[in-house]
Amino acid sequence: MSSETPDNPGIQLSSGARTWMRMKHWLGSPSPYLNLLGLCGFVAVWYAATEIFNLPLFNKLPGPKATFTEWLSPDPLYGISFYTKEYYQHIGISTWRVFQAFMLATALGVPIGLFMGWKKTFKDYTFPLLEVLRPIPMLAWVPLSILMWPGREASIIFLTFLGSFFATVLNTLLGVESIDEAYFRAAASLGASDKQIFYKVIVPGSLPFVFTGLQISMGYAWFSLVAGEMLAGEFGLGYLIWNSYTLVQYPVIIIAMITLGVIGSLSSLIIRLVGDKLMQWKVREAA
Amino acid sequence: MSAAPFESDGGKTPRGAISIRAVSKVYDPEGARVLAVDDCSMEIEAGEFCVIVGPSGCGKTTLLNAIAGFHGISAGEIHLDGELLCDSARMPKPGSDRIVVFQNGALFPWFTVLENITFGPVMQGVASKKDAEEKALIMMGQMGLKGIAHNYPSEISSGMRRRVEIARAMMNDPRVLLLDEPFRAMDALTKTVVHQFLLDVYDRNKTTVFFITHDLDEAIFLGSKVYIMTTRPATIKKVLSVDIPRPRDFRVLASPAYQRLRSECISAVHEEAVKAFKAGEREM
Repeated sequence: MSSETPDNPGIQLSSGARTWMRMKHWLGSPSPYLNLLGLCGFVAVWYAATEIFNLPLFNKLPGPKATFTEWLSPDPLYGISFYTKEYYQHIGISTWRVFQAFMLATALGVPIGLFMGWKKTFKDYTFPLLEVLRPIPMLAWVPLSILMWPGREASIIFLTFLGSFFATVLNTLLGVESIDEAYFRAAASLGASDKQIFYKVIVPGSLPFVFTGLQISMGYAWFSLVAGEMLAGEFGLGYLIWNSYTLVQYPVIIIAMITLGVIGSLSSLIIRLVGDKLMQWKVREAA
Repeated sequence: MSAAPFESDGGKTPRGAISIRAVSKVYDPEGARVLAVDDCSMEIEAGEFCVIVGPSGCGKTTLLNAIAGFHGISAGEIHLDGELLCDSARMPKPGSDRIVVFQNGALFPWFTVLENITFGPVMQGVASKKDAEEKALIMMGQMGLKGIAHNYPSEISSGMRRRVEIARAMMNDPRVLLLDEPFRAMDALTKTVVHQFLLDVYDRNKTTVFFITHDLDEAIFLGSKVYIMTTRPATIKKVLSVDIPRPRDFRVLASPAYQRLRSECISAVHEEAVKAFKAGEREM
């Protein structure tokens, strides 16, 4: 037999070691410092526009100094800071709503998308419906949602769910359709049944698209949530923003906005980490 | 080389005879009738290493797909070991007795090498996962594929991937191994390694091989018989028997017998290539 036998077939690191290595490499590169510089630059421009030059466009807006003083104050002027219970209540309620709606959208959207990709007849029934419903803006659903559901809570979650659901279905379907025909043929040739092809080819093969879709749908969920809370909420970050506007508590608006940004990024990151965990083959491909 | 665990009964009952009888295939997308294969007949003996050579797009793959069971034919019959595989009325079904190694490779990237190799027997339920893995590891040892069992396909070289794909096919002890230009995208050096690998596998198992290529050197070096196909619609133009003894290695390439076969082959193929080229010009 004429073959070189690889005794050391490359990288066989544990995922923990891999993460640590990547972290070290990242800290050694200019990226993190440039990232930080970019953020600081933005705050500097904001500070200059509002608190130094007081430009006409910005003269009603709170500057970074006013915002952060309020945010870090144990005894905040408008009742919202790191030290107040209310701040965490709003965060908790919004996050819990997004979590429920996102989970529901994923639990329904992924199987429906997979099934649409697997069975052409099912796609023929459902695809036009999806394409008509999907472009309807979430705000257009607000009246129906309020009419349909008893109480505000259910209608806010329903709106959040809708935003998330369509993106998940569509990306999952695209994921199935992105799978190379050769894998289906190979699986059939190796004796896999229709059902086995579903679990061993369609599900893992569409996973990269599914997770891209989940990140997008998470973004839509937060978007729809804030719209819902502004219109119908009693609590939550969207409600807080709108309420602070009507009560002329402008620094709170900025606090809630930055909070939304940070939580949105964190929820995306969590999805990516779960995706990496499930798709080791993708992670190692990139390494 | 010791007996492989995936070996059949030592070739006592020859298996894998393919009889292609007057097969035609018409593609009819939107009424534009394209005759891909026209009245093509071949008798491939059990255990023959059969190589099909022809210009690109001449219908070689159409024939392979029909044997593999991916699509039907418009006229004629294909038999495998005397059983009817397909005719114009009967759609063939893919099965693990005829395994395809694809042009661009089709190892599942989401499974490890070992999971890929054991896919066939585990899916068919003919072996437990544990037994299949044991068997696969022994086989991988014999095939020079040690140490990569738990890697993903993206982590090994393209030559290694192709060998793993052949191993995945051989795990099923197929009657026919169907290869559709499997080494097309490889550099010359990697090719010599995978060629030797395939010859070793063939010498050990004597499985019928149906190999498509347009590389003449590859055809003569590997094959027992070389079938030269015409440009579309495909029929058999010429059959060459390659009487170079096995086991073969790269030294064969310098032998007079090889040179003679090669020039015979070139003149036959050249005519068809010119025809295909002209036909292409007309179509434009």
